[in-house]
This record gives sequence, structure tokens and C-alpha cells, in this order.
Amino acid sequence: MARRKPNNRHKTVLKPRTRREFLADLGRTAGVAAGFGALGWLGYSEEPVRRIERVAEKLKDFRVPFTEMMSHLAVVHGEDVDAMVREAMTMLGGIERFIAKGDRVLIKPNVGWDRQPEQAANTNPEVVAAVVRLCREAGADEVLVTDVSLNDPQRCFFRSGIQDAAQQAGAEVELPGSNDFIDTDMGGELLKVWPVARYYHQVDKVINIPIVKHHSLCGCTLAMKNWYGVIGGRRNQLHQDIHTSIADLAQAVRPTFTVMDATRVLKSNGPTGGSLADVAIENTLIAGVDEVAIDTYSLRYLDVKPEQVPFLALGEQRGLGVMDWKSLRVKEGQVG
Amino acid sequence: MKWLPHSLRSYRRIYAIFFFGLFLWLLYVTDFGRMKGYQTSLLLELDPLTAIAAFLTSGTFYKGMAIAMALIVATLFLGRFFCSWICPLGILNQFLGWLFHGRRPSERYELNRYKPIYRLKYYILAAMIVLALFGSLQIGLLDPIALMVRSFTTAVLPAANQAGAPVYLNQPVFYGGAAIALILIAILLANRFLPRFWCRALCPLGALLGVLSRKAPLRIQRDVDLCIDCDKCLKACQGACDPHQELRISECHVCMNCIDECPTQALHFGLPRERSSVHQPLDINRRRLVETGIAAAVLFPMLRSSVASHTTPDHRVIRPPGSLAEEDFLARCIKCAACMRVCPTNVLQPAMLESGLEGLWTPILISRIGYCEHHCTLCGEVCPTGAIRNISVQEKVGEEPFEKPIKLGTAFYDHGRCLPYAMHTECIVCEEVCPTSPKAIWYKKAHIKRRDGGDLTLKQPYVDPQLCIGCGICENKCPVEDLPAIRVSSVGESRSNFNKMILKG
Repeated sequence: MARRKPNNRHKTVLKPRTRREFLADLGRTAGVAAGFGALGWLGYSEEPVRRIERVAEKLKDFRVPFTEMMSHLAVVHGEDVDAMVREAMTMLGGIERFIAKGDRVLIKPNVGWDRQPEQAANTNPEVVAAVVRLCREAGADEVLVTDVSLNDPQRCFFRSGIQDAAQQAGAEVELPGSNDFIDTDMGGELLKVWPVARYYHQVDKVINIPIVKHHSLCGCTLAMKNWYGVIGGRRNQLHQDIHTSIADLAQAVRPTFTVMDATRVLKSNGPTGGSLADVAIENTLIAGVDEVAIDTYSLRYLDVKPEQVPFLALGEQRGLGVMDWKSLRVKEGQVG
Repeated sequence: MKWLPHSLRSYRRIYAIFFFGLFLWLLYVTDFGRMKGYQTSLLLELDPLTAIAAFLTSGTFYKGMAIAMALIVATLFLGRFFCSWICPLGILNQFLGWLFHGRRPSERYELNRYKPIYRLKYYILAAMIVLALFGSLQIGLLDPIALMVRSFTTAVLPAANQAGAPVYLNQPVFYGGAAIALILIAILLANRFLPRFWCRALCPLGALLGVLSRKAPLRIQRDVDLCIDCDKCLKACQGACDPHQELRISECHVCMNCIDECPTQALHFGLPRERSSVHQPLDINRRRLVETGIAAAVLFPMLRSSVASHTTPDHRVIRPPGSLAEEDFLARCIKCAACMRVCPTNVLQPAMLESGLEGLWTPILISRIGYCEHHCTLCGEVCPTGAIRNISVQEKVGEEPFEKPIKLGTAFYDHGRCLPYAMHTECIVCEEVCPTSPKAIWYKKAHIKRRDGGDLTLKQPYVDPQLCIGCGICENKCPVEDLPAIRVSSVGESRSNFNKMILKG
């Protein structure tokens, strides 16, 4: 232990200081005092907390100009997923119309759940991989695959097979952590400012790859509902007015194009599924630029009528698309 | 061969760095994305104290814990080398002791002399062993390996993540983690006053290894003719084992520092030579030892007379999937928090007093923080003691050949808070996220007269107790934030025969 030094303070006296030393000391003390005064002046506020709120601007419109010569809606049946995706994109006028050289592309599949591909709770990984490859071939600089999962994201991306499939096809997989969200102006009726995964602010194109699934509250989860996976925060509160929320989200995120995965369809017990008895094999892909039309078309796999799904009419009112898909240029084809 | 370390101390330092690195690395890879079949609980399994105590309470050396025998055998021949060469807490204490006292060599001679307070650890060990003999496993509170894994899991790694180290995708939080952190900091700061105070005075594992090394043939030997009584060997002595006099073998950490410090080469490690000094026997007061043993024996029935989860089921004591029945669980769990480290959703939390004093820091599920991932069985995979069995996914979810899923508890609605009941507002998020097939949560369409006289039809949810597995995702995702409108309680858990409610089920 440290030993105390003998106590000799009684013998120490102040050294006489010069006037210069005294004034210098006084000046330093006055400086510190002025500093505290200034701090009080500058820091004074009527508010208890000083906080800078940063809200990012609305997401940009990811759509590309559409020429009337092309079909609006492509429906492809078959079993070779890669060929089906290629055929669908050819019907829409070719991937080059949508993806330019050097683009940064974000692909949004549904990877909500810790489930395997056969259970049809997440988008078919082969569809994701095929779209990644097409984007790469079109010269995309960077292809990101991301989603805000409901289950543990690591497990969701791993067990859905989407992580492996996307990475092998040449994409980067991004799992958003709690720090990867930016408060964003959503401009909706219900959704004003919500945290959005930051990647959406950093890319040039966004591709929606949802899957057709049953959902108890709103009847179905399709392309428009897939944008739930863009936001963080307490999104479970959106259930209280789910149709307006879906319309708001679909209005806030306008994708370059959409490929609906109806290769396997979750007919009941959705959106989680879990049993193969809930799954029907439909071997179909629907691609296009009109989410309302794609969603309306896809209802045929779920035994739900369009009038039972209010968000479709809401979307049409807001000019996001048309429910009457027959009025569009539709091409249907078979591959293999 | 100039580059080879030239002294035993250098070898010890290399091993210490290696084993501390191994400890950190094993913790780092205790994670779904990084596990890849590594034996992440290796250091916990190497620990003979938890192995022996858990053997006393439940009669088995569970799987990997059998390798603790190898350490016992090595200690019988080589002494307490574990404390300086392998133990992560010992290595950390040693480093901090050097950091705090490295610049004050004159003090170190005094600080490194043996002190009678260092007997305390043997009494702590005795109390722990007596409690274990009666069936109460409290060793994990003070076992250094369990303590380190627990402290790093609930405090150090989350702090590192906050500081920017990429350990987790999402920052985890732990119930009462600050208390665990403060205890670790107190242990580490104690080195400022007495180097390796924890290891010398408190550590029950050190005490056990000390008892085992009493007859170790290989040890530090002092040649009485060569020794000039300069006491320089005390300068860096880690164990306070008096190498300058008659060595206290049970205190010696075999750190080899004294050999390097000796100016006359009077010290060596190995068998005694012709003029080697005698050694001192284990310094414990037999009367004190008997007293602590009796105190522990008296404490046991008092512990068992207090309300705890094995006497009275508590709705908050929801154990991880595959956990043994509560009494067996408490007889196996060493509170090491390895399960909490690996849990992907942060639902596993160290209990405070939910399961009684004996259940302090044992894992419980707090569904407000996370939920049990339906197909995840990682907690049972990493549990070193088998308190959580290493179950298969098939067993957990009840697929062939298993008849029923493992049930952690049951979810209940609070109709006063549930939006479709109390607020006439659509919701059923719980139904959406329910992972079973068919879903345990179902709904009825209710026709409701509103306050303004209008009609409303909405979906009101119900729980099917036969299907509910108590995973807690409904509670976790419920939009009623602070006190969810659906909550899981432990009743109906598969592992219990009496914490039940429904006769047929």
C-alpha cells in the first residue's frame, strides 16, 4: 500500500506573486467565467430537449417510361423458372427497357418467415435468382436483395434458400439491422413518417417479387401488400386499417416492375403456412408494371373476389393501376 | 532457433493469449450464422467444478462435460496451471494486475505475499459442494467460466456492439444485465488493491484445483543452497504462493514468473532435486471448514422452504424449448447464459427472482423482448449441462415420429386491452404471426353495435390451447406496446406434470 508522506503543510507559505502573474491569473479566471456565461446564453431554450429531427424526402419513383406497343401484363406457365422469367420479361419488352447499364437495383422478394421454399411462405428462391441474373445480364452495377422479415432475418434468408440463390446469381443480400432505417416522408393518408430500410434511398431501380398467399385479415397478400417489408417500426399497428395502409405503401413505393410468384401458392393458414397441405402448385408467373392489375389477376388462385379486397379499389382510385386487367394488353404463354 | 520462446513464462503467455482468444472466438461464433458445428461450449465443458457439482446434483457427466476429467488428471500431475494458462478470468485478472501494478515493483513484493484471507475460497467451495450434495446447484454464480460467459453475453459483447464492433445484427438487451456488468467490473477492479484478488481469495474453481494439486509431482522447486533470500521471486508471483520460502503448492498458479525473476537460478519447475526445499501443506482451518459446511447444510432446507418455481409454478418462468422439468432444470443449469448468447431473438433472459433465489440468472423467456423462433433449437445445442436438452426440430414442432410439439406455455387474451374486444378496432396481428399449422389463434366474426349506434363487423381472436405452443410471437408482435393484450404464461408447459389447466390435453 502507498505510504503517506509526512505532513508538513503548516510550514508552507504563499510565494509573493508579481503584478503580471496576478493579472494573468485574474484574466484566466475571468475567461473561464465568461465561458460559463456564454454557455448559459447559447444553451438557453424554452424547450426541455434539443433534438434535430431528420426526415428523409419521399422515395423516388422507380418506374421507367412505358411505351404503348408493349404488353402490360405477362402471364407465363411452366416449370423451368429461369425460362419463365425470361419469357415474361420478353413479353414486357425485354429487361433492357427497365434496367440500364450501371443501375443499382434492389430486389424485394417476400422473405418474411423462417420457412423452407416448399412451404410457400416466402418467394420461390429460383424466381429471385432468375431476376438477379437478368439484371446482371442487363448490366446492373449492383443488385441488392433485401426484406424486413418478421421472423429472425438470418434464419429467414437462410432457410428460405433466398440468401444462397441470390448470392450465387450475383446479388448482395442485405439484412437490415436496427440502425439501417431512415425516417422517411411517406406522404400517405395514414402513413406520414415511417422508418424505411435505407437501401431504398440508395438505388436506381426497385423490383417487386411477391408471392401469392392467403392472409386472414385482408384476404390475400400480394404485390401491394409486399411493401410492408420496406418499413420498420411498429408496423403491426397498420393492421388496424390495413387497406388504407396497403394503398399508402403502394403509393409511396412505385417499383420498376413486378414479378408475381405463383409457382407455389399458399392457399390457407397464411401468411405463415408451415404445412404442405396448405400449398397448391400453380407453376405460374405474372409480370407487369401495374400492381393493381397483377393483384386482381392473382386472386384467382385464392378463391377471393376483387370486391372482397378493398385495397384494390383504393389503389385504383389513387391511380396506381386498374382492377380490370382485361382492359390491358395481356399476353399469356407456356414455357417448356 | 532464436525465435523460439526461451522461457516457460513466455510459453505461458503465448498459451494465455491463445486461450483468451479462443474464449472470445467461441463466444463470437455462438450464433446461428457462424456456428457451423464448432464445439462452442468447450471451455464450459472443460471446467471440472461445474462438472462435479452437476454430477452431485443429478448423477451424470453430461456429454462433453466428461472432458473435465482430462483437466482433473492434468491438474493432479501439474498443479493449478489452468488458472494462469487457460482460465479467461484468470488471464484477464493477471493482465489487469500487471497493468495496475506494473510500475510499482516495490509494492508488489508486499502485495504478492500470502495472506490468511486467501483461505476463503476453500470455504466457498465447501459451501457450494455441500449445497450441491443436497441437490441445489449454485456453483454457476461463482464458477469463473460460467461467470465469464454470462458477463460477456449479457454485458461485454452488447457493449462492444454499441461501441461499433459487428457482433449482432440487432443490439440485444438483457434483463438486469447492468448488475452482472457491475459484478464483473468489481472483480476486475479488485486487482487494483490486490492483484488477482478474485483468483486468490474467492474462486471456488481455483480452490478445487488447489485441493487436487496437493500431491502434484511436478511443481516449482527451490534449491535452498542456490537461493540467496532476495525475495525477487515475489515480484511477479501470481498465486501469492510464497516461492521464496516453502511453496504453497495449492496456491501456485504455475505462472512460471518466479523462475524468470530468480537471479541465481535457484528455482525450477519439475521434480525435486537433491537440495530442494520442503513445501507447505494446504492452509485451511478444519474448524472453519466444518462450520461453513454446516452453515450450507442449514441453509439448504431454508432455501427449499421458500417459494420457488419448483414448489409453486410461476407464470413468468417460461423455460427454453427442451428444458428439463423445473426441479431437474435447476439441478443442471449453471447460469452460464450460453443459451442467451445464441438465441436469435433475444427472448432468453437471465431471471432475477422469478424462479426463486436458487433460479437467479437461469434462462427465462420474456416475450416482450423476443419470441421463440418456431424452427430454432440452438439453445439446446449449446447448453453444456443438458438443462436444455439438445432436441431436434422434429421433436420441437411435433413432426414424425413425435406426436406433439413441445409446449412452453399458453397464450391468453386480455380482453380489456385487446383492440377488437376493447376498442372495436380491427387487428389480429397475433393470428397473422402464429407459426403453427393450423394456427393456434383463430377468430370469430363479431357484429358490434357502436357507441354512435352504427353497426360494425370485425374479427375477434381466440387461442386454441391444444395447438398453442407458447412461443410468444403473438405477445411480441402485439401492437399494445407496454403490456400486450395477449400474453404467454407457463401453464400447460410440456415439461411439467402439474403446471396444467385442461384435463384433456
